[in-house]
Amino acid sequence: MRNVSSETTAHPALIFWIVAGWVGFCLLPWYGVEDGFFSFEWLVDGYPFDEDYAPAAFLIGQGEKLWLTPLLIPLIISLFALGRKKSDPLYAKILIASGALGFGWLIAQGFGIGIRGYNYEWLTALFGDLGDRQFGMGYGALLLASAYLFLFTQGIAARGAINGDVFVVSAIGGVIVIVTVFVFFPIAKMLLAAFITEEGGYSASVFASKFFDDRLWGLGCLSGGRCGAAWNSLFLAITVGILTTVLGLVFALVVTRSGFRYKRALRALTVLPIITPPFVIGLALILLFGLSGSVTQFFADLFGVQPTRWLYGMPGVLIAQTLAFTPIAFLVLIGVVEGVSPSMEEAAQTLRANRWQTFRTVSLPLMRPGLANAFLLGFIESMADFGNPLVLGGNFDVLSTEIFFAIVGAQYDQGRAAVLAMVLLFFTLSAFYAQRMWLGKKSYTTVSGKGDAGVHPLMPNGLAIPVFIAAITWGLFTVVVYGMILYGSVVELWGVNNTLTFKHYVTAFSVRFEETGIRWTGAAWDSFWTTIYIAAAAAPLTAIVGLITAYLLTRQSFAGKNAFEFGTMLSFAIPGTVIGVSYILAFNVPPIEITGTGIILIVSFIFRNMPVGVRAGIASMSQLDKSLDESSLTLGANSWQTFRRVILPLLKPAILAALVYSFVRAMTAISAVIFLVSAEYDMATSYIIGRVENNDYGLAIAYSTTLIFVMLAAVGLLQLLVGRTQIGRRTQFGAKEQT
Amino acid sequence: MSETLIASKAAPVRFESVTKSFGRDVVAVDNIDLHVEAGKLVTLLGPSGCGKTTTLRMIAGLEMATSGRILIGDRDVTTLPATDRDVSMVFQSYALFPHMSVLENVSYGLTFSGFSKTETRDRALAGLELVGLKGFDARLPSELSGGQQQRVAVARALVLEPQVLLFDEPLSNLDAKLRRQVREDIRAIQQDLGLTVVYVTHDQEEALAVSDEIVVMRNASIAQIGTPRSLYDAPVDRFVADFIGEANILPCTIEGVADDMATISIEGYKHTLPARGLAPGEAKLAVRPSRLVIGAQDGFKAKIAKATYVGVRMEYTLEASFGSMFAVHDDVDTPLEVGSDVTVGFSQKGPVLLPEA
Repeated sequence: MRNVSSETTAHPALIFWIVAGWVGFCLLPWYGVEDGFFSFEWLVDGYPFDEDYAPAAFLIGQGEKLWLTPLLIPLIISLFALGRKKSDPLYAKILIASGALGFGWLIAQGFGIGIRGYNYEWLTALFGDLGDRQFGMGYGALLLASAYLFLFTQGIAARGAINGDVFVVSAIGGVIVIVTVFVFFPIAKMLLAAFITEEGGYSASVFASKFFDDRLWGLGCLSGGRCGAAWNSLFLAITVGILTTVLGLVFALVVTRSGFRYKRALRALTVLPIITPPFVIGLALILLFGLSGSVTQFFADLFGVQPTRWLYGMPGVLIAQTLAFTPIAFLVLIGVVEGVSPSMEEAAQTLRANRWQTFRTVSLPLMRPGLANAFLLGFIESMADFGNPLVLGGNFDVLSTEIFFAIVGAQYDQGRAAVLAMVLLFFTLSAFYAQRMWLGKKSYTTVSGKGDAGVHPLMPNGLAIPVFIAAITWGLFTVVVYGMILYGSVVELWGVNNTLTFKHYVTAFSVRFEETGIRWTGAAWDSFWTTIYIAAAAAPLTAIVGLITAYLLTRQSFAGKNAFEFGTMLSFAIPGTVIGVSYILAFNVPPIEITGTGIILIVSFIFRNMPVGVRAGIASMSQLDKSLDESSLTLGANSWQTFRRVILPLLKPAILAALVYSFVRAMTAISAVIFLVSAEYDMATSYIIGRVENNDYGLAIAYSTTLIFVMLAAVGLLQLLVGRTQIGRRTQFGAKEQT
Repeated sequence: MSETLIASKAAPVRFESVTKSFGRDVVAVDNIDLHVEAGKLVTLLGPSGCGKTTTLRMIAGLEMATSGRILIGDRDVTTLPATDRDVSMVFQSYALFPHMSVLENVSYGLTFSGFSKTETRDRALAGLELVGLKGFDARLPSELSGGQQQRVAVARALVLEPQVLLFDEPLSNLDAKLRRQVREDIRAIQQDLGLTVVYVTHDQEEALAVSDEIVVMRNASIAQIGTPRSLYDAPVDRFVADFIGEANILPCTIEGVADDMATISIEGYKHTLPARGLAPGEAKLAVRPSRLVIGAQDGFKAKIAKATYVGVRMEYTLEASFGSMFAVHDDVDTPLEVGSDVTVGFSQKGPVLLPEA
């Protein structure tokens, strides 16, 4: 994506992409190689003449797949741009025509012809039976598609869009294409799937019958029966959203506005949700309150009552999700609560408002965006959460588990899964929309200009006491729960045989040293290494996509920027379960055929975690003054060089954080993953869930504990590398505090 | 109407050996005594980090004094928090509440002061009228320009009729042209209503323009207190002389003192001026650039090292045997040439001996 601003006739970026296009067409295998993206067996196995491995040029040469021939034309057209000056109007026209034609045809033939010949009846009707078929695209197609895309963006840039900046236009084009392919396309495909009948036709009545199903919208629970999954999910998500927001605010207030001495310990809470697979909390709750849980047994002995299964169902899921997502709300709110400019609160005080009035009329309203965000996050996380309802749900059906059983279970009903996913998506998008409405257009940015040297006031006493009680109770509860996880992993069989043992760790992670080297004999190693490998592959890609998008959003202005931002942030409101379903529906047929591979896992992680990377990038980039870029640009660098030499080095902490965060998130994710794993690529979380379903709690908990420690190490390493930021504010207690 | 609604309850402020330290080793304000008379505008002036803002925040009740006593009127407020002090403050960042309209912002303090709803509204509107923002009451702060936001902040503080009104660098976020106007407005309101105002700034010109009295601060303590003129004309030391306007500090010898008038000499050039309690011997002399007379009959020898034309006057750097100095001259039509030798004298009033240099 390098470009030059001078008026020479040889533009390196242009030459690069034209060459890339030819290489993609003539040298690389056109179709996807079955052994996997990173296996290179094809080089010695019949390449270049074997039909499976042949490049497009060889296929055509052998008289096969002739519909690929038109792709040659735009490639040849693009050659005419080589001799021309950038300012020549023909230069732009040639590139735009070549890029658009090539890319368009590539897409059209990809969707038009599939594994059973023509994909659409009218094509067969028009051209007769094709008598041939094609599989998913591979290296060659991928490279040629990129080449056409970037030729097109260079043409657009040459016409003067965004000051003729090739890097920026290309980046925008690239991000739009990949977001379309991996977010909008699958979702659209899923929406369509809801209307497909068993015979493959489209029908609205199919949709209606699935949509108005009593299992979805039934209100039986009001009269003692069972409610539909949609109501259950909605009620659960709202309750969890409110509870986590309140508790998160409680902790944030203790840290920023009280004389509490162990604030650092509380801050450590923020790390927990990042490193804990969400269903682990559910497991710990079973150890405590399950039928043979310690607390249950204790009270059963004490009062001589029969232990009940009260935990399984709504109460258990609610407690588990509240425990799991409160730290997320805290993470969101701490920034907002700290960000309320102290001089606002000081101004209120000098205007005769007492502490309580200040809190109620100034601090709390200014925290509104944070509260809304925290609620939204809790709501979406609860909606998407898959592990806890699976482990604790009992008869309490929620959308995410229903979707899973629709796809995986005996019923195998893609249409139903799609309908359920649509309902789920509708709820989260409505929440997303409602949040924007509630915040309205009022301004909450409190830091204006310079000179904020004030101190946050302490909480009013009437507030501080309940806040402290809540914080301490919840904090202790969290500690107990995590203690149980650790303890549960070294107990032979919980509630039955409480002898201490390392058996579960041995089963999972035993190794044997033999002459040929180390043999990973433990049951968990396979999924463990796959997880590490997939997470490590996804992390840098997530960081790159996130940072480039953040750069475009903060540093460039272009038409449609708001839509662009909305599109990139949308996947934030899409629950993982929905992503999972839509990916298997969209990517198990050509032109993009990647289900069952590691790539689909990597791709899903990139687009699941991208909003986080984007937010992190925006946050740190908006702190870098724009004059830095401008001075670099006036010193003769182009925007790519500016990004590379000025912005990136200053963003090192943000990059590291994005890397580790996406790595760790990829290791704990479950909701999308459960749909996308295959025998070959099993992930740690789905392996653990499998163990839980077989009632093998010991191994599941031991594995989870190991994961937590691995991720703790990763986060700790990051803290060491980045160090802590220092905020030079005065504190309530005089001394300059080191934060 | 506004004059009848917003009155003044101006009260004096008194600091008695007040010290403020942060932690164990950082002393922000070191044992200062200060008296601000009722109805006066007093400026705290000094370089950054000199303790002026901390002093202001102690009057507001946003910082508590580590030791000493603070009185507002005849009430000891040393331990009272900001809420309970009858003081209001205009913040450097204005600190307007972004989620409230202009009227809500201005009414904010009134709602906690026991006024009825209609009276709160009338007073707030009167306050807005007083600062010239009639008709802006429904806007949000984000919809106002910087200057307008500043005036809302002033109105918000004024309508409470505080005993003391505090300004923390109120002009620093405004552009240069607006500054002159806003500072004149603040001064006019203060004088019309007879308010007690304590005003923090690091800009000496601003301080000279608005103040009844200036407190020059340095390193957590007070360097000098005086009217603008007395500080300008009779600084006690090199720091004050240089901080308030520019000054050339020249070495001289006091040859004799009679009737509190000293006769000094520089390279044989004699001049008589108030002794300010100094005895004969070596001394330091502060001379403003405009008080150096180039081409005087009587004076010391110097060479023109640099000449700069700035429109209304010429600026010269002069090189004498004992050091260089900076002088201005009104004659722009026949500038002196660089390198030429001149005789430099003092105008009759102007040079001043520095007692503590």
